Amino acid sequence: MKEDFSHLSSIAKRIRRIIIEIIHRAGSGHPGGSLSGVEIGTALFFHLLVHNPEKAKDPLRDRFILSKGHAAPLLYALLQESGYFPEEWLSGFRKLDSPLQGHPHSLKCPGVEVSTGSLGQGLSIACGLAWGERDNQHKNHIYTLMGDGELDEGQVWEAAMFASHYHLHNLIAFIDRNNLQIDGKTETVMALEPLALKWQAFGWDVQEINGHSFSEIISSVKRAKKTPQPSVIIARTVKGKGVSFMENERDWHGKAPNAEEFELALRELE
Amino acid sequence: MKLPFVKGELFPVRDGYGKALLALGESNPKIVVLDADLAASTRSNWFADRYPERFIDVGIAEQNMTGVAAGLSLSGKIPFVTTYGAFVTGRAFDQIRNTVSYSNLNVKIVGSHGGLSVGPDGGSHQAIEDIALMNLLPNLKIFCPVDANEAWQMTLAAAEIEGPVYIRLAREATEIITGEDYQFEAGRAAMLSAGDDGIIIFHSVIGSEVSKAATLLAGQGLNLSLINFSTIKPLDTSMLDYIAASEKPLFVIEEHLTNGGLTSIIATYFSLRRPIKFHTISIADCFGESGSPEALYDKFGFSAKKIANYIIKAMNL
Repeated sequence: MKEDFSHLSSIAKRIRRIIIEIIHRAGSGHPGGSLSGVEIGTALFFHLLVHNPEKAKDPLRDRFILSKGHAAPLLYALLQESGYFPEEWLSGFRKLDSPLQGHPHSLKCPGVEVSTGSLGQGLSIACGLAWGERDNQHKNHIYTLMGDGELDEGQVWEAAMFASHYHLHNLIAFIDRNNLQIDGKTETVMALEPLALKWQAFGWDVQEINGHSFSEIISSVKRAKKTPQPSVIIARTVKGKGVSFMENERDWHGKAPNAEEFELALRELE
Repeated sequence: MKLPFVKGELFPVRDGYGKALLALGESNPKIVVLDADLAASTRSNWFADRYPERFIDVGIAEQNMTGVAAGLSLSGKIPFVTTYGAFVTGRAFDQIRNTVSYSNLNVKIVGSHGGLSVGPDGGSHQAIEDIALMNLLPNLKIFCPVDANEAWQMTLAAAEIEGPVYIRLAREATEIITGEDYQFEAGRAAMLSAGDDGIIIFHSVIGSEVSKAATLLAGQGLNLSLINFSTIKPLDTSMLDYIAASEKPLFVIEEHLTNGGLTSIIATYFSLRRPIKFHTISIADCFGESGSPEALYDKFGFSAKKIANYIIKAMNL
């Protein structure tokens, strides 16, 4: 029987609206890579993760590390929609004295597990959590969302070696494979392909999915939980997904929509 | 608690670290020790042999090691990251800054082979700017033990502190100058001996040469106070105020670059409050080089004899 994910689709639409709105209001931020990860984030926060904003520090919770910290608008939208902080906070994004810093800061914003923003560090942190939680004999899972561009960082591959060497079966890494980074196409700036083979060679269980399909995201995680190795899910996505004029346009990596563009975007997200 | 090393004997400070880890391994199940393929050099192998299930060798990967330690701290562990000071503070600086310090994580970073003590390995391996780098980071504390006893006390203390700590160790066996009455206290400099003619402040194992220099000077009728500034951060400003108020000749001796070391740190403090002139024996704007630790100490002016001569000259005697 085909599962119905329409409730996730409507949450995803709200998440996209929040992303566009807070970046527009801030006058800066990163829409492209926030929008490409919306289905992954929505599936995690509203279907897969064991978490509870009322008990945000519950030691048994699943953990989510946003390695691509510039997708902060996505994380903030997911946290707010989950109930980690009041809606009013969203308007402070990137402004002085706001808990919603330009890149996520764990000491300022509830629900942010660790501060990120300098790329390539999330997988190592997730590895440490996975090692520690296994040692704690907790049955939870550690998730991280990486950008494809940040795979240029050598630290990612240090962590990739570590995870398979220490058999971190409770670790599930998503790659938001939207094919673009600031300077252009990933394959032009610094080629990543054959990406799946690289991860296989590093000893990981590898799945490639459509990163905008809830059924594929959810079934890939179910499978990932059963593997004895760490799992990577290469999620093929569209940068800027959901706003037609932002899709696959590298200029929308780190640019805020003006008033006119904002209205256009919202209309597409009704 | 009884100190593990006897005053006057020779031991490397890393031995104090290694022994403290063994004690912590027994008393605290949250302790996890990480190393980057240098476990035998840093003494983390003592812990690895006794508690292999709580020891993680990450291979030669300092950046990942720091990130993994961050993750471990988020799972409630107390990780001690161990490798050469030159590598962990340099190569993993961004990881220490953006992950550990920015999130105020409970990670202990232990840089062995601080200063010139790695000797023949040369400038690439000698951490003479580690304090400058670590001192830039909010939330992080910096401890620099004078000997193996203090390293032992500091390691135990660091495990009790919630938040990041950098501990600077050294390679060579140096004289144990702390006795049974010594108790390290985070954030407190310790007066080891008192004299009326001047004040020497120092940190790290150069303290053993300073101590010998003080004996040479006492033989010539000059008695100086010796103050062990083993916590660089948070800075013991009450001790600095006391020193400034004493108006005695002041000498800062450190196996570190003048830039960014204790010399710079206290110069900033004094110049903003009560400008005083003082002397420093530290490393000018240059790298270290190969040589035996003794030869390097002599060349860079850190041998007891050179220290004593410098002080005599500076005091116009």
